[in-house]
Amino acid sequence: MKRLAPVLATTAVFLIGYLVCTLTFPNFASLRVAMNLLTDNAFLGIVAVGMTFVIISGGIDLSVGSVIGFTTVFLALVIERAGMPPLLAFVAILAICAAFGALMGSVIQYFDLPPFIVTLAGMFLARGLSFLLSTESIPINAGLYSHLADYALRLPGGARLTVPAMIMLATVIGGALLLHGTRFGANVFALGGARGSAALMGINVGRSTVLIYMLSSLLAGLSGIVFSLYTSSGYSLSAVGVELDAIAAAVIGGTLLSGGYGFVLGTFVGVLIQGLIQTYISFDGSLSSWWAKIATGLLLFAFIGFQQATLHMARRGRLRPAAGVAS
Amino acid sequence: MALRLPRAGLSQVGALAVILLVNWIVSPQFFDIRLQDGRLFGSLIDVLNRGAPVALLSLGMVLVIAMRGIDLSVGAVMAICGAIAASLADSHALPVVLAASLGAGLLCGLWNGILVAVLGIQPIVATLILMVAGRGIAQLITEGRIVTFTSPALAWFGGGSVLGLPTPIVLTLVMLGLTAAIVRGTALGLLIEAAGGNARAAALSGVGTRAITVAVYVWCGLCAGLAGIVAAADILGADANNAGLWLELDAILAVVIGGTSLFGGRFSIPLAVIGALIIQAMNTGILLSGFPPEFNLIVKAVVVLAVLLLQSPRLGLKLGRRKP
Repeated sequence: MKRLAPVLATTAVFLIGYLVCTLTFPNFASLRVAMNLLTDNAFLGIVAVGMTFVIISGGIDLSVGSVIGFTTVFLALVIERAGMPPLLAFVAILAICAAFGALMGSVIQYFDLPPFIVTLAGMFLARGLSFLLSTESIPINAGLYSHLADYALRLPGGARLTVPAMIMLATVIGGALLLHGTRFGANVFALGGARGSAALMGINVGRSTVLIYMLSSLLAGLSGIVFSLYTSSGYSLSAVGVELDAIAAAVIGGTLLSGGYGFVLGTFVGVLIQGLIQTYISFDGSLSSWWAKIATGLLLFAFIGFQQATLHMARRGRLRPAAGVAS
Repeated sequence: MALRLPRAGLSQVGALAVILLVNWIVSPQFFDIRLQDGRLFGSLIDVLNRGAPVALLSLGMVLVIAMRGIDLSVGAVMAICGAIAASLADSHALPVVLAASLGAGLLCGLWNGILVAVLGIQPIVATLILMVAGRGIAQLITEGRIVTFTSPALAWFGGGSVLGLPTPIVLTLVMLGLTAAIVRGTALGLLIEAAGGNARAAALSGVGTRAITVAVYVWCGLCAGLAGIVAAADILGADANNAGLWLELDAILAVVIGGTSLFGGRFSIPLAVIGALIIQAMNTGILLSGFPPEFNLIVKAVVVLAVLLLQSPRLGLKLGRRKP
């Protein structure tokens, strides 16, 4: 229970925020708004799951926004200009993204370089490549796209659970199972806790690192597919700065940026909180969108302060009984 | 020992020379400099002039990174300070404008420094807060508009000149001299290296790690403020959305190209400025050569990777050297 405190705190903030929103705008309490919250933030939710893995392992991935942008342009070009069937294009782009992530992971691992700078280079590379492919916004008119965009589970009250939202929910559930239920997930935690100890314990550090960055880029590719479904177009400047939103979502959701601790579910709630702020601002109408940035900054500050306080208390609690043994 | 180049500095200076040479090959007028209306013009001057904001940012960033930190907020701080300067420029005297703008940069640095040094938050996270919120604050100041001004006094910081040299270049040189004098002229540089190399050992041997950490973030905020003023003066206005956008990454890149270790403890102030010039010379070269500017990012990515891979075996060489 104590272990889950950050997630519970995030969830409480989300629920209180939702309550405040419904008290201000009675229409907010509908299932429709809730489902739109899922649809509008689907791409962010998917990429944030990958970011959670990377951050828990003690790394960071700045390239995800550019990978999303590259994916949308690539899909638009091969589907519209080259006439490739969309499903084949999806498989191709996911393979490209996975290879890209594996490459970044290998450079980080085998040249012993900081993830921050390597993924920064990846960010430039992916964005530059998408500029090279095309600098204009290309609409995607393939039949599958309009079909997928129209398809939705109809819920009472005119609410629709759309395909992007379904993919995001599946990713969150799959990610949670992978992180908290498999050996790979345990390795991720071990790497973030202490790299050296993880290697001494016999964990294949190199393989795990490569897999983690591969997973992050793969999910960024999936997120790009969802983004292109959501906008029915491909544009090289799409999803600029999404990496920051994903990092913020993970931190708000209780993941420690120093690694070794975090939850996929918390990240999901973090994404929802960011979406809630956006929705509140669009409901209000008179507030400008820059308030979203300030509110996210304040939330980040509050949650980081909360983390520091709990860490501090946990350390003090641990030190007292162990003091005699340690010294 | 003020401006002693480390032995490793040769490769950075060499790289800059090679890039300038390539620029000269693609554009034979590259080194032409002419004097017009009492101000120097030419591609080379342009590289120095356009590179000034990133060079200014890198002057603060190099000290932060030497302390094993990082400051992601400098681009947002530039936007805030530029917004303040632009909105006050036509109604207040220049000293007031500068004081308000640089004061804001100082406060932003102080905020970051306190989060890192006093509250013990990781630098990436601590400065992420201001990076996210800062642009919102800047838009709050400009009320979401692009604020323009006509004050010639402030415009001088972007388009004026001192003895023929454009003001941004002069400001960069002054700040470079000032930073080098403060850091290398006193024991401060040694203390920064000690604290960056091993914070705990430094603290145990009596280095005031906490105060130095706050100080480097404040200096970084100040440099970002000055860069913001230069950027705003250059376009005679402040655009809270785009001023300084992604420049934090360029500044970090400049510092890394300059051979400063991201793991702290080893840094060079002049080489960070050379790193900034290398980036700008590449950008200008791509423009001059007629390649579409879309190539910019790819070239940058390749250079980052090349620098990183060069640094990586160097780590190996160093380990090898330690053995007798």
